[in-house]
Amino acid sequence: MAVFRPLSRSDTSLPVDEAFAPLSARRLLLLGGIGLILAGMLFGDIFAVFVLHQNAAHVGASLADAAHAALAGNTSAVIANFQNVGGFLENRGTKVDTHVHMIDFGYLALMLAILQPWIALSDAAKRLLAWVFLAGAGVLPVGVFLIHYVGLAYSPLQAIGWASIFADLGGLLVLLATLAYFGGLWRNFRIVAGPRVKDRLLSDRSIPGRMLLGGGVLLVLLGFLHGSYYAAVDLYNHEARDYGILSQMSSSAAQRDTAAVDKALADYGQLQGEKAVNIAAHAHAIEFGLLAIMMAFFQPYVSLRETWKRRWAAVLLAGSLLLPVCVLLELNYGLTAGGLADLGGLLVIIALLAMWAGILRYTGSLDAGGEIQ
Amino acid sequence: MSAARRVLLIGGIALALWGMGYGLWYAVFAEHQALDGIGSSLATGFSAAAERNPTSAEASLARYREAKYVYDRQVDVHGHWIGLAMLLIVLGIGFDRVAFSDRLKLLLALGLFLGAVLFPLGVLLQTMSHGSVPRAIAIAGSALVIASLAVVAIGFSRALALAN
Repeated sequence: MAVFRPLSRSDTSLPVDEAFAPLSARRLLLLGGIGLILAGMLFGDIFAVFVLHQNAAHVGASLADAAHAALAGNTSAVIANFQNVGGFLENRGTKVDTHVHMIDFGYLALMLAILQPWIALSDAAKRLLAWVFLAGAGVLPVGVFLIHYVGLAYSPLQAIGWASIFADLGGLLVLLATLAYFGGLWRNFRIVAGPRVKDRLLSDRSIPGRMLLGGGVLLVLLGFLHGSYYAAVDLYNHEARDYGILSQMSSSAAQRDTAAVDKALADYGQLQGEKAVNIAAHAHAIEFGLLAIMMAFFQPYVSLRETWKRRWAAVLLAGSLLLPVCVLLELNYGLTAGGLADLGGLLVIIALLAMWAGILRYTGSLDAGGEIQ
Repeated sequence: MSAARRVLLIGGIALALWGMGYGLWYAVFAEHQALDGIGSSLATGFSAAAERNPTSAEASLARYREAKYVYDRQVDVHGHWIGLAMLLIVLGIGFDRVAFSDRLKLLLALGLFLGAVLFPLGVLLQTMSHGSVPRAIAIAGSALVIASLAVVAIGFSRALALAN
């Protein structure tokens, strides 16, 4: 682990940063944003290890039961099993949404943190908006997570429960805060004679920053290329197979052909696996790339030794590449590849946690002395 | 601030707001109905199979296919608009590190922004028409983003080479 020691000018290359004052919008958004990303990633890892596979097994079993009920001509059992499938899919979907929204709001918070010097609003207004943004970014994922458990209990609406209502409220808060920041940015651009914004975060050209920026852009590009390949080669084929297999399953059940139903069920499970790994690899490569690019800008705030900053940058990039590649290999190499993918996710979390600790250390030094040695 | 950076920052935040607004509208007014439609058509299809009624089963599964096709794309559009918007913003923040002329940088920024708007728009239009025009718009948009990003990556590496 990194060894803490007193800060020196060479560690940070920056003097005291007024934009990073205690409880400033930039500090709130940066620390809150990284916290959201870390929480979202940890939630995703826990979900992947303890829920995802078990849930997929339940969905498969309920679908198989529904198909066999159709085979036996038992309509009520078909409906009951599809209700189970719906429940399991809702459970899975809300947890994926919790994971994705927490991380994406974290990314948006980091971007807004970088943009703060360009936003022509008072410090108090920017701080208030940061709190509104973080409140919304916290409420939406919690609300989405609770949808499966709260359901429609005590809801005044027919289709939307209280958890959904609070989730939507959280989304609205984030939207309003972002809109207000956008107004501030627009205002800055309209002030032609205004002071030229100088932010030393953006002038940093340190090696860890370059590693993260270059590696991040490459990861995003790889993710885009893989997504294009998937859309061109597999997407329509997968959609056609999805319908074809279900149609085969249904017609075989009507004809009481047990073997054909079982084969269709096996094919359907395989297809869902193929779709899931491709989408996960595409999304994770791009999101980790974006994270690397954003963390490149914040390297001046990471007050660790230069060698440790490089190491953590390398660990973050290695984990960011390992996870999507191993997710793609899961279909051929099963649990070994899955374990390596989880390790990749863990590396990213550890590296991000280390950078977060470095930023906290920077804030501590600023608040304690107000001057970097 | 350079024109290229303005295009990326203003365009990126506007696109993020648009994507979030679309997502909020979709979550409140469309998603629950779409999921209900998918689930009920699938259950009806298999119930019809249990009643040995293949025609009704086939019709229900066709409804499932259409509902699933639309749902997948509507969710993709939300994710891609916001994801691409975030990419525009981070690239805009670091665009001074791209070692090309201002004119080329502006062209790259416009290419990125146009691609980020067009790609999800093409996907969304596919929910209204199965013709080739929406697909062509989506392909053109994604090609614009990828090509522009590849050139930006070259610009970043060129800046590093110049600095060294």
